[in-house]
Amino acid sequence: MTDLLAARSQMAISLGFHIVFAEIGIAMPLMMVLAEWRGRRTGEREYLELARRWAKGVAILFAVGAVSGTVLSFELGLLWPSFMKFAGPIVGVPFSLEGFAFFTEAIFLGVYLYGWERISPRAHLLAGVVVLSSGAASAVFVLMVNAWMNTPTGVTMSGGRIVAVDPVAGMLSPAAFPQALHMLLAAYASTGLAVAGVHAWMLRRGAARGFHRRALIVALWVGAPAALLQPLSGDISARLVAQTQPVKLAALEGQFHTERGAPLRLGGWPDEQAATTRYALQIPHGLSILAYHRWNAEVQGLTAFPRADWPPVAPVHASFQLMVALGTAMALVALWAAWVGWRRREIADQPWLLRALIVVAPFGFIATEVGWAVTEVGRQPWVVQGLMRTADAVTPMPGLIVPLTVFTLLYVVLGAVVVAVIAGLVRDTDAAPYGADA
Amino acid sequence: MTGVFARIGLPELFAAIIVVALNVYVLTGGADFGGGVWDLLASGPRRDRQRDLVAHAIGPIWEANHVWLVLVVVLTFTAFPAAFAALGTVLHIPLALMLVGIVMRGSAFVFRSYGSRTWEQRRNWGRVFAVASTLTPLLLGVVIGAVSTGAVGSAQTRIGAAGFRSVYVAPWWAPFPIAVGVLALALFAMLAAVYLAYETRDDALREDFRRRALAAAAAVFAAAFGALAMAHLEAPIVRAGLENSAWALPFQVATGAAALAAIGALWRRRYAWARLAAAAQVSLILWGWAFAQFPYVVPPNLTIENTAAPRITLELVAWALAAGAALLIPSLVYLRRTFAARRTR
Repeated sequence: MTDLLAARSQMAISLGFHIVFAEIGIAMPLMMVLAEWRGRRTGEREYLELARRWAKGVAILFAVGAVSGTVLSFELGLLWPSFMKFAGPIVGVPFSLEGFAFFTEAIFLGVYLYGWERISPRAHLLAGVVVLSSGAASAVFVLMVNAWMNTPTGVTMSGGRIVAVDPVAGMLSPAAFPQALHMLLAAYASTGLAVAGVHAWMLRRGAARGFHRRALIVALWVGAPAALLQPLSGDISARLVAQTQPVKLAALEGQFHTERGAPLRLGGWPDEQAATTRYALQIPHGLSILAYHRWNAEVQGLTAFPRADWPPVAPVHASFQLMVALGTAMALVALWAAWVGWRRREIADQPWLLRALIVVAPFGFIATEVGWAVTEVGRQPWVVQGLMRTADAVTPMPGLIVPLTVFTLLYVVLGAVVVAVIAGLVRDTDAAPYGADA
Repeated sequence: MTGVFARIGLPELFAAIIVVALNVYVLTGGADFGGGVWDLLASGPRRDRQRDLVAHAIGPIWEANHVWLVLVVVLTFTAFPAAFAALGTVLHIPLALMLVGIVMRGSAFVFRSYGSRTWEQRRNWGRVFAVASTLTPLLLGVVIGAVSTGAVGSAQTRIGAAGFRSVYVAPWWAPFPIAVGVLALALFAMLAAVYLAYETRDDALREDFRRRALAAAAAVFAAAFGALAMAHLEAPIVRAGLENSAWALPFQVATGAAALAAIGALWRRRYAWARLAAAAQVSLILWGWAFAQFPYVVPPNLTIENTAAPRITLELVAWALAAGAALLIPSLVYLRRTFAARRTR
């Protein structure tokens, strides 16, 4: 394994680990606040109990998210010092703002988690609102950095060096809004449906019904609307990629040759050597319509670009297909739940819907991982599209396989412990049934 | 002193802000690590109560305290990107080890508090928490010590020309950085013991932590003299700064006075004063290092001026800092007030 690949793998593992906790950190506070607010409004104790039980899990997940996020902030320098030297003056501004948003989040999460008996109900709920808004703001600032790497603006280059910067223009790069929207919706959809799946599982097992049916409803109120909106946000993102990163679009669609009225390929496996995508189900004109909203729009193929500028086509295509498939399944289940809710039926009484919710529970997090792979691997060989190659950004330190191994082991162990601990907390709701009096 | 103020500009302001953030981190987050040290060294008939006191003291605040470190990192790469690149490259190994410590400390703490179902699990996570809390400050001190010797800066110029050991190991695996690591650990342990003695309402526990604070203060003296002795051999830049400038003597006198005041206050059981004096002592040591190193970020080549980001970046972040401070300072006061209520009631 080359040092470059080791560095990329370590960054991918660190981000892939952190992103799950980041999503949970964004969405769970919204769910806790909704549950607490319902509880205070209706006087139903189960909702307050729910907010407290969720808070216990969030305390663990937020801490792991905070430390794994710290790892990333250091890894920018440990693995990509030249990138930071190059991009620091631009990305530093959104990262500084993110620092403040994260600070606010950490302060008020402390107040929220440990302050149940110490402050008034109103102040407690307000602390939760601060946590959920600063969590969302953190995500927006981080996505501004990633968007800048995809569609860099606000830099004037001369001879491979930045000679003038405009950090505000850098923050508001073309990809900033579509990416931030897509990530926020992903966080609410993934977390909401995952939590709904956990409570659906408990309902199927016949555990404390009064507690779990309320939990299911709150989780669906967060997860289902986001899952339904996500395809629209995906369309906005895809059309922007078509305009600004045609190589990435060609890779994620497996489009090797420039073509008018390009088909949409479902499945299939791109063969870079033969420059063709085999075994795909082709929907005529589908890609031209999706990417440009025109029947006969021209879609540039990979062969229109130098071979040295291609990303690895097969993994990008496969990741993209998987993301879309998982997102579609989530949207369909969300639609089903919305239909049941709209007809004023009890969701907890629908065994097949509960089963479907259990099945799609992990889909959001998997879709997030492969979606992140689409945007990051799809940008290769660039770390900043068109401006800096990843190979030029990596640290000169040899032996990067060692830190890669250390952090991989650390995250494998940590991930396993988190799963075991959260599973224990979920089982506790069985052992001490609340809401039995509902 | 005049030499310092004559050269103040926006980059210098950022250097000062970074040291302020590091100072707050050391006084808050540093003490949280020190708490872990006392968890590791808990002993006697009140062993479990000592551990509970530590856990209660840091529970609601350690994450907010930890963010100061993130702020230091972010401000460094924003304001001094070239210096950040040099630090990340040459100090890869100790920084990566420090990260492992940070991850283990934070996660083990929440696993112990929330995720343990048996006494045995609690004990095991507590042990991980305590060991990680002890190793992390050592590494933080090693990093600061290595920077101040100038070894990091000169190793950076040898990248590609010299061997692995010479560039990536020798700058920090040396007596002076390790002595600074020990000093950082002793300081954090002292801060934690002083804070805990001040905060607890239990007289027996207070005596336990008073004795621990006095022992840690003695360790600080030993480590500080060790580090100073080695500075003469290995850290010419720091030594020159400490010896040859007009402000050096008053600074060192003030640091020594704060150290004696802390011990005196502990001896006479004046805990509020002890807390103030210990915090002053730690802050003076940190600022002494910062001034001794001025105007270098990473001596001997990378200065505040030649690594500073473009002015527009610094101006924008300065505004963000002002707005952020207006938001954060009241929030932090609120956090502390909320959780300080128990002991004053």
